[in-house]
Amino acid sequence: MNCDEFVELVTAYLDGALDPATERRFIDHLAQCEGCENYLDQFRTTIQALGELPAESLSGETRDRLLAAFRDFPRP
Amino acid sequence: MDSRTVLSPLPPDDVLTVRLAAGDEEAFRLVLDRWSPGMLRLARDFVSTRASAEEVVQETWMAVFRGIARFEGRSSLKTWVYRILVRTAKARGVKEQRTIPMSGSLPEAESDAGPTVDPSRFRGPDDPYPGHWRPGQAPAPWNAPEDRALVSEVRRVIGDALAALPARYRVVLSLRDIEGYGSDEVCELLGITAGNQRVLLHRARAQVRRRLEEYFGAAEGAADDEL
Repeated sequence: MNCDEFVELVTAYLDGALDPATERRFIDHLAQCEGCENYLDQFRTTIQALGELPAESLSGETRDRLLAAFRDFPRP
Repeated sequence: MDSRTVLSPLPPDDVLTVRLAAGDEEAFRLVLDRWSPGMLRLARDFVSTRASAEEVVQETWMAVFRGIARFEGRSSLKTWVYRILVRTAKARGVKEQRTIPMSGSLPEAESDAGPTVDPSRFRGPDDPYPGHWRPGQAPAPWNAPEDRALVSEVRRVIGDALAALPARYRVVLSLRDIEGYGSDEVCELLGITAGNQRVLLHRARAQVRRRLEEYFGAAEGAADDEL
């Protein structure tokens, strides 16, 4: 496997979606290529950083309006 | 899914459903506060303004407590809520004439097909190692920022990168990597195939990685200058 092929397979690899033969070639390449090992690590770091983004919240007004609407909703 | 903050677990879906249907305000407050941030981000991928996204989330919650009696538990409660959100947001996006071509007409399909790393970083066909990183072009390890100012810098870079993504990339990336949904759920929510989902996700991640590489590369260069 070449580096230019490796970089396109990273997401499929992380999803466990590579067929066994391709996965073996992917791992073999990884073992021999520091640049691609770094590339894979950078992908992992990117994914982790995305997962740690702080959340935005609803405005207080909308939240209050929804809580009131829920309270006043007619129920049997 | 909520890896960003440690929160107490929500009651199981069947308990929540019964409590919501009965008008239990505490239960509603729990899910409202827990799920709205993710819903807001997701809505933002379909509509043009933050205010509009907030209205979509509001409309979704109204639909949820009006329809909770009809929830049959065939998906998780949160997935059911997210589906309502996507429907609501898409309908509004159409009104705003901002629709996301998920599978893409031909030009989009073509733009989804090229390499995600600049081909000039690899050795050419006449090189003894064609397709391998050119000298000086191989990715270098990043030094993870430790102090808080740098962490917020990195978040700003990521925020800019997200804003620059085509909407169809961003929506998949948000669901998978920000909300933590699995590939099956994302395919179902957006009505796309697993292969299509993976292509969009990979291209989105590759673009964000590229922005981070530029940022870390510049930071490293600056550090070298100081030596």
